[in-house]
Amino acid sequence: MVLARFAAILSALLIASGAASAQGAKPTDPQIAHIAYTAGLIDIAAADQALQKSKNKDVVAFANDMKRDHQAVNDQALALVKKLNVTPEDNATSKTLNKQATDKRAELAKLSGAAFDKAYIDNEVAYHKAVDDALETALIPSASNQELKSLLQTGLKIFQGHEQHAEHVAAEFK
Amino acid sequence: MRGPIVSRLLGVVALACLPAAAHAEVIQVRIEKLGFAPQQISAHVGDTIEWLNADFIAHTATARNGAFDVTIAPNSSQSVVLKADGAVDFYCKFHPNMTGRITVAK
Repeated sequence: MVLARFAAILSALLIASGAASAQGAKPTDPQIAHIAYTAGLIDIAAADQALQKSKNKDVVAFANDMKRDHQAVNDQALALVKKLNVTPEDNATSKTLNKQATDKRAELAKLSGAAFDKAYIDNEVAYHKAVDDALETALIPSASNQELKSLLQTGLKIFQGHEQHAEHVAAEFK
Repeated sequence: MRGPIVSRLLGVVALACLPAAAHAEVIQVRIEKLGFAPQQISAHVGDTIEWLNADFIAHTATARNGAFDVTIAPNSSQSVVLKADGAVDFYCKFHPNMTGRITVAK
């Protein structure tokens, strides 16, 4: 389940580079900015759901950390696109990510207690892993603007931290 | 610039009222792009570590042995006084990929 979910997210995130490289093109900076921003919004929405449903103090603390960090990264991204006069461009990858996230939230909405906590945190591990892989292999190499590339690189380090943090919390539910 | 001035100031204060802490220093550790710099720190009991967070997100400096645990908001600083000798491994609770070690001598 988790692995299938991971593969689905990863393939969605790689669509941009995969499909584009078949045509000899890369995702553009406006598309990359949109994908990165969308990925952040998705994790904020997941955190909001966890804050509504969870009573576990570690899960609640983790969700608050995710909200704070992803909001801060997205604020930086918005300031950067404004400075560069770039308009983020919606694309197939962003749409697929949103669809999958909506489905996942509906699935998690049916759970409660420890079952919810475990499903949320397992998904956070898989989601950050997928986002980190996509950043490393597709989005960062494709970004042409140096400031965008640098923000994505900082984002990668932040999200690698989240992945480890999520793994620590997930260990509680094994 | 600030480090030497602060430590000199502290030295003067220490000399005036606390001869035992005359050599106490303020050691600055910068947090930038998800890393502590320096990552390996040598200090003495009584020294202060001043954590300067230059990132746009909050971090913590958390000792694995419980000696200290501070949250440092974006673009701000926090100080910790080292009270015991020994090696202290520390990390950021929010981003456990950030780690470092302070070796505290008597």
